[in-house]
Amino acid sequence: MPKVKLPRKSTNIDMTAMCDVAFLLLTFFMLATKFKPEEPVIVKTPASISEIPIPDVDIMLLTVDPKGRVFFSIDNKGIRKSLISNINDERKLGLTNDEKNAFAIGPSIGVPFNQLKAFLSADPNEQKQMVTNAPGIPTDTSVTDQNNELAAWIQNARTENPKLRICIKADGAASYPSVQKIIKTLEGWKIFKFNLITNMKAVPTGTAAYAMEQSGKAK
Amino acid sequence: MAELDTSSGGGHKKGPGVKKGKKLSTRIDLTPMVDLGFLLITFFMYTTTLAKPKTMQINMPYKDPNITDTTKVKESTALTILLSRNHRIYYYEGIGSDATKPPKVEVTGFRAKGGIRDEIISKIKAVDALKQQGVLTAKDEATVLIKPDSTSTYEDLVNILDEMSINDVKTYAIVDISPVDQGFIQATEQASGVK
Repeated sequence: MPKVKLPRKSTNIDMTAMCDVAFLLLTFFMLATKFKPEEPVIVKTPASISEIPIPDVDIMLLTVDPKGRVFFSIDNKGIRKSLISNINDERKLGLTNDEKNAFAIGPSIGVPFNQLKAFLSADPNEQKQMVTNAPGIPTDTSVTDQNNELAAWIQNARTENPKLRICIKADGAASYPSVQKIIKTLEGWKIFKFNLITNMKAVPTGTAAYAMEQSGKAK
Repeated sequence: MAELDTSSGGGHKKGPGVKKGKKLSTRIDLTPMVDLGFLLITFFMYTTTLAKPKTMQINMPYKDPNITDTTKVKESTALTILLSRNHRIYYYEGIGSDATKPPKVEVTGFRAKGGIRDEIISKIKAVDALKQQGVLTAKDEATVLIKPDSTSTYEDLVNILDEMSINDVKTYAIVDISPVDQGFIQATEQASGVK
C-alpha cells in the first residue's frame, strides 16, 4: 500500500484580514463612545427596577452627595456659555471672559455665587481641591427666596434651553430633606416631571412587575 | 504567513555589472498589532456599554396655590407609609384624618419576605375585594401615601418608589409629613422601646 504523503503546510496564518477587522471595529467604537462626564463627587445611587435610559442630550444634572451638597451641571457648551453670561448679569458677579469660558468647558458647579469667581479663575487642579471643600449650591424650599441659588440656576438654564430634562443623581445616604429641597424648588418652577438616576436591579420574582415582564416577553 | 508581504515578487533581472544588495525580508509580523487592536476594542466596548445609567421617572402632582378644591383620598383605599430613620417603615391603613380614632401603626422594613411589600400586596387585594362586594366603585384604586420624615434617606425614598412599580400601584403620592404622623412614629417607637 503506498504511503499517502500529506503536503506539509505552513502553520503561519495571514493576519492581515484579522488586523483589518480589528481596526474597523476599533474605529467604530472610538467614534461611538461618549465618555462619562467628569463627576465632582463619588455618588452611589440606589437601585431600582426601572429600565428607562437617561436621555442623551438636553439634560440638567443635579448631583447630591452623601452630605447633601448639591452640584449643578448641564450639557452643551454653547448653552453653558450663555447661561453663565446671564447669571453674571443677573447676580453682578463681574466674571471675565476667561472665567466664562472656564465655566463653559469646566466641571459641575458646587459653590455659591459669591465663591464662583474664585472657583472659575482657579486652574483645573486647584478646582478639584476646591470641590472637596465646596459647600454645594445653596438650596431652599421656596423659589422666591434670594438665597435659593439653585432656583436661579434652574430658571436661567430653562430659559436658555426649554427642552432640558432634569435628572437628579443623589447618593443613597443623602438625607431626605436635602432631596426634598430640590424637589420643592422644581415644583416652585412648575416642573413636576423629572428623572431620578438609579442603578439596575432585577425584578423580584412573584410580584406584579415580574408578571408584567414575563407576559411582555411572551408576546 | 503571519506577515505582510511587501516584497515585489520576481522583479526584473539585473544586468551583469549591477551589484546585488542583500535582500532583506520586508515581511512584518502583524500579531502584536492585532493584539493591540483587540485590546483597544475591549476597552472601548466596556466604556460604551457601562456609561449609560438608568433613570426612574417621577411625576409629582400638579400643585398650584390657587387650586384649593382637591379630591380627597378615600379612607378605605388608602395606605399611609411613613419612612423614618435606620430604614424603618411605619404604616397604617387609611389616611389618619380622624383624630378620635387613631389608626393602628405598625413597623416594618424593606425585605423580600414579611416586609412592606407584603403589606402593599394585601392592601391591593383588600381593595379588590371591596370592589367585588360593591362597596367601592370600579374607579377606586389602592392609593399609597408616602411620607418620608426628616431622618429618612434618599435610598428609602427610591426603595419605596420602586416598591410602587414592583407591585404595580397606579396611584401614589409623596406627601409632606404632618406633626400628627410624627406623633405616631414617636408613640410607636416608645411602645416598642426603640430609641
